[in-house]
Amino acid sequence: MTTESRRLDGNAAAGRLADVFVFDATVVRTRCGTCGTSAPLGHYHVYADGPGMVVRCPTCEKMIMRLAQTPGHTWLDMGGAATLDIGE
Amino acid sequence: MAFVSRGFLGRSGTHRGTGELPPGQYDVGDGFPVLSAGPTPRTATEDWDFTIDGEVAERARWTWQEFRSLPREDVVVDIHCVTKWSKFRTAWSGVSLDTLLAAVDTSAEYAVAVSDGGYTTNLPLEDLVDGRAWIVDRYEGEPLAAEHGGPARLLCPHLYFWKSAKWVRGLRLSSTDEPGFWETLGYHDYGDPWREQRYAGD
Repeated sequence: MTTESRRLDGNAAAGRLADVFVFDATVVRTRCGTCGTSAPLGHYHVYADGPGMVVRCPTCEKMIMRLAQTPGHTWLDMGGAATLDIGE
Repeated sequence: MAFVSRGFLGRSGTHRGTGELPPGQYDVGDGFPVLSAGPTPRTATEDWDFTIDGEVAERARWTWQEFRSLPREDVVVDIHCVTKWSKFRTAWSGVSLDTLLAAVDTSAEYAVAVSDGGYTTNLPLEDLVDGRAWIVDRYEGEPLAAEHGGPARLLCPHLYFWKSAKWVRGLRLSSTDEPGFWETLGYHDYGDPWREQRYAGD
């Protein structure tokens, strides 16, 4: 199987994101800080078969977020420079 | 194969595989799982080089052709992934990091392996010498496939396999330890499978 065929969409991250955010993160409009793509987080690309989960922009593939779960901890790195527009 | 002693299956090459499972691991058998944190980089060999820089008197760089003309070693080793699969007697061919590191003058104690696609992983420099690490470009007699890290990857089999960076393009040497991609996200800084150092604090 190729890497591309194992790639998932952002909805695959919904379960883990629900551990972190009080809102449904998959519908949140997310702007990639690298190329400016604006799309619901559920449309972003997820690579979930490594030790952690990596979320990448569907246009430029830059990493916008990564999550890992280790015993007793959830690690969230949002250093990939994305903006989340969280509506009320 | 249970009656054949691992380590006496070939005349050439370095046999280090013990055929023993570290704690918490299972034998994946003939499978070779592919784990990726992003799209597979596909760097053409004519565009590939390998660089050792950072705290060195003078940076060293090899083109693909120069790398391919260095003395080579065949190695047969067991590998252990932090996601719990182990694979016995994997056969690789490449250049020992003893050979590559001999080209630089450094007092650094740490290295960061830097890969195409932005992946990094940190290792103590002493874990990369004395015949314990290689830059490999062949697997089971064939050019290393891109999904397994080709054109070339780091092979440092005494640590969890996330340390054996795919698509490696260089080492950055430093006097300070600089955690890499997974090491900054809750994974262990060193990653010894025999001490089950999976996560920070293990």
